[in-house]
Amino acid sequence: MEKRVTFKGWLLPLLLVFPQLLISAVFFFYPAGQAIWQSLFIPDPFGLSSQFVGLGNFKFLFGDSYYRASFVTTAIFSILVTLASLIPALLLAVVADRLIKGATVYRTLLIWPYAVAPAVAGVLWLFMFNTRVGVVSWYLGQFGYDWNHVLNDGEAMGLVVVASAWGRVSYNFLFFFAALQAVPKSVVEAAAIDGARFTRRFFTIVLPLISPTTFFLLVVNIVYAFFETFGVIHTITSGGPQQATTILVYKVFSDGFVGQDLGSSAAQSVVLLVVVGLMTIIQFKYLEKRVHY
Amino acid sequence: MRALDTLPDGMVEKRGSSLWLSHLVMIAGVLVIFFPIWLAFVASTVTQPEIVKPPMPLMPGDHFFENYSRALNAGVNVPVTTMLVNSLIMAIGIALGKIAISLISAFAIVYFRFPGRTLFFWMIFLTLMLPVEVRIVPTYEVVAGFGMLNSYSGLIFPLIASATATFLFRQFFMTIPDELAEAARVDGARPLRFFFDIVLPMSRTNIAALFVILFIYGWNQYLWPLLITTDPSMNTIVMGIKQMFPSGDDTADWPVIMATSILAMIPPVIVVVSMQKLFLRGLLESEK
Repeated sequence: MEKRVTFKGWLLPLLLVFPQLLISAVFFFYPAGQAIWQSLFIPDPFGLSSQFVGLGNFKFLFGDSYYRASFVTTAIFSILVTLASLIPALLLAVVADRLIKGATVYRTLLIWPYAVAPAVAGVLWLFMFNTRVGVVSWYLGQFGYDWNHVLNDGEAMGLVVVASAWGRVSYNFLFFFAALQAVPKSVVEAAAIDGARFTRRFFTIVLPLISPTTFFLLVVNIVYAFFETFGVIHTITSGGPQQATTILVYKVFSDGFVGQDLGSSAAQSVVLLVVVGLMTIIQFKYLEKRVHY
Repeated sequence: MRALDTLPDGMVEKRGSSLWLSHLVMIAGVLVIFFPIWLAFVASTVTQPEIVKPPMPLMPGDHFFENYSRALNAGVNVPVTTMLVNSLIMAIGIALGKIAISLISAFAIVYFRFPGRTLFFWMIFLTLMLPVEVRIVPTYEVVAGFGMLNSYSGLIFPLIASATATFLFRQFFMTIPDELAEAARVDGARPLRFFFDIVLPMSRTNIAALFVILFIYGWNQYLWPLLITTDPSMNTIVMGIKQMFPSGDDTADWPVIMATSILAMIPPVIVVVSMQKLFLRGLLESEK
């Protein structure tokens, strides 16, 4: 897609793109290049010199059982966050779509959590499930269930998943609601006249029609779970207990800043770079499809 | 809204009992979603002893002003007012900075053919999806090298180095009719004149929608401020809350922490709810 009408000259456009170019170069391309470069070296303990090790950092990384475990943790975490945020959102959107009046009121109320930062969401959920003062954990205790996410792996994972998914329910709801509103009424009515019941109509007509939105949300929620949940994990579990909630992004942080293992942290950044690249390709493949749709 | 009201009732769905059920489900959904916020609000209006002896009350107490003024004026490490101001500067800086640089570069890409244009286009394309989380260590080193730790520019600049906004404006500029540019050219208007007189006014809604999205993006940043603001007086509110928890076994000052949490969510919530239409538009368009 190109404009037919353009202006002449090359100095002005270069000046216009210069600020963005400069900022991208300094804060994006240079650091990204540095990450790739550093991933090939091991710095000495004093940071004075470093030794070229080729792919040694990567070999070491994938030989490290903690790193491999972190991959599995990230996969489980992302799948759970995606499901826990998509399913309630779709349910609420379907119900809201059936309402003639009031749907926008509910929408206004449901938008709220989207504006709440993941780190703040983490604090809210931590407060509810705190082992000493948490209301929910206290009531669970009354029912004989001893909640302790500080010690229990599964409970820790469950808590960070719910806290991460919470704000995303709003986000996904908005997209599902918009998609459902765009489903042509006539198609649904035709099916209704032919005697198809609500569930049948939903699974054979509505769900296929909103599948582009669903797929899009699937991708962005996985991206979210990978990269934007750092605040939730840092506030609630700090990656614990015993790395049970250490997702890849958290490990880059804890190895690079807390552990000061720069070579490994850089190699991890490069691995994440590849993961992001793959996700971008998937997303654009899908975008392309939708343009021709 | 679709013109559903014109249809006879019960055409697609039986109304009545199922309608009530729908409202019931929505209300239940809203209550469940709101519960964490409600609890935080309650905690911010009661005293510490009421919280540490569980179960805490589920209805607000009468210490609202006391807790909030304690948070705003004293906080734990630094008054929350300071953190609020820092967050505000950061969020507005990111939103305005990103909008400004992307507007002009999108204009250049769409309305000019200049050497290196394709290269530039691919470069910004690359920045599109790589979040700061992935390149934190080297980016931190760059910012430290410039002496920008504990500064607003250090908080803002690395986060505007992504091209999402440029793409959005490019998409929008492509929809501006060619006749307008042609007319401007025939009239002998210079490119910048065309930009300020035609393109900018036409982009107003898009700019506003993007502002809402970027403001929230900036306000809710956590990892980056955590790394580069070691000085409590430069903390942003979202990252500062975690710093209010005591290390070790001391009991956290829950009423103040929860008041701070509420204060941290008020600005973005106000922006989202009050500019809902713009926000929805920005959200649905920017993610396409």
